[in-house]
Amino acid sequence: MTENTKKPGFVGKILNLPNDDPKKTIIVAALLCLVCSILVSISAVVFKPLQIANKEADIKKNILAVTGLLSDDVDVNTLFEQFEVKIVDVETGLYSDVDSASYDQYKAAGDPDQSVKLSSEQDIAGIGRRAKLAKVYLLKEGDKTTQVVLPIHGYGLWSTLYGFISFEGDFNTIGGLQFYAHAETPGLGGEVDNPKWRKLWQGKKAFNDQGELKIEVVRGFVDFKVAGAEHQVDGLSGATLTSTGVSNLVKYWLGDHGFGPYLKNMSAPMNEAEK
Amino acid sequence: MASKIKAAVYDPLIDNNPITLQVLGVCSALAVTTNMMAALIMSIALTTVTAFAGAIISSIRNHIPSSIRIIVQMTIIASLVIIVDQLLKAYAYEASKQLSVFVGLIITNCIVLGRAEAYAMKNPPGMSFLDGIGNGLGYSLILMAVAFFRELLGTGKLFGHVIIPVANEGGWYIPNGLMLLPPSAFFVIGLLIWLIRSIKKEQVEPADYQIHQVHRTEVL
Repeated sequence: MTENTKKPGFVGKILNLPNDDPKKTIIVAALLCLVCSILVSISAVVFKPLQIANKEADIKKNILAVTGLLSDDVDVNTLFEQFEVKIVDVETGLYSDVDSASYDQYKAAGDPDQSVKLSSEQDIAGIGRRAKLAKVYLLKEGDKTTQVVLPIHGYGLWSTLYGFISFEGDFNTIGGLQFYAHAETPGLGGEVDNPKWRKLWQGKKAFNDQGELKIEVVRGFVDFKVAGAEHQVDGLSGATLTSTGVSNLVKYWLGDHGFGPYLKNMSAPMNEAEK
Repeated sequence: MASKIKAAVYDPLIDNNPITLQVLGVCSALAVTTNMMAALIMSIALTTVTAFAGAIISSIRNHIPSSIRIIVQMTIIASLVIIVDQLLKAYAYEASKQLSVFVGLIITNCIVLGRAEAYAMKNPPGMSFLDGIGNGLGYSLILMAVAFFRELLGTGKLFGHVIIPVANEGGWYIPNGLMLLPPSAFFVIGLLIWLIRSIKKEQVEPADYQIHQVHRTEVL
């Protein structure tokens, strides 16, 4: 206090008040809140564009990674331009003409008007609500779709896993699976990020010849001698619950309440022209 | 003066380490030490917050009414943590994704509030800043040591680079999954405390109780 005792004027008067004076308590509290809130707001506003850019780049990077196009030499945005982004009405499996640039599927899932509530039997992925529309990413060669990337998410052990699954042009053969956000235990459930495990998904068939959904993550290793091995992926050791979660969320999103109708539409021979 | 500065920075490294001697901030030491990269970013974030919180709180220490001083300290610390979190999200996106909620939890880290209350409220800003750096470094040292053992034994890697090839990738080492779970951090920190106190005997606390020789009286 000593250095401030001689300060004149209004500020000096406040500074000279004893610290336990209620007036000073209120003034100090109010000033502190004001200064801190200004600083916090500034940091939020200043860094926002960078953060949004980071998030978008991260999602693009993951879409490229799941299709195997990601490379260190070429800019992510340039590579991403090859993709055609479309909006799919999940229930009917048909394209919708909603603007894809501004649509956020995960925001929509929280809005009762833009999403549907899932019953407990339907909701094997543990997501609660599902947006009516979903964004899909198509990679084309001429008129023919060579790869399609679908967004998927669902509950693992500790957290919701967000990711992408890609299909080859037949809409049955899996090209890759990749999660970009989760909080599973590193080294155990977190091994969903392990490139070796992700590679196991490549070439697996989601549906059998009768069009039934067969893909699953099994416990332990896949026995290749048994029929149906082309629909099975090894479980992660030490992470049974995360593996089950991944298995369920993939089943959900490829099933009748997820992208099932869309995949059927696309692979059906009569729609060949539309593909 | 020079010796005081030295003491403020070096003392918390071993002699007065916030984790191993004061046993503060253990919670985050469990959470972010599964790999060294996460531990390093967390260490930098915490050191920055502790240092600046110390300097700011110290510079207004003569005008903080004692009835609301903890709230004032928390407000300053929380604002700094939010700014650090925003910075990480903007410039170190990958790392901030990995640390997720733990950056925000620096607010509740006992070391930050502990140094603010115990040191910054009584010392000038410059020294409080150095004290924050010192304590942050003490925390970092332990964090990095714990992360070193956990990442190496749990995954065979350091900073994500393979050091020991693990069995399921064609090597010989079968990783110890326990090292990746929170309890292992307790074991490693416990062993570190044991090690430090065996070397520096003055850190051993006097026993809270004494073992007396019981003289049996034949009551039965």
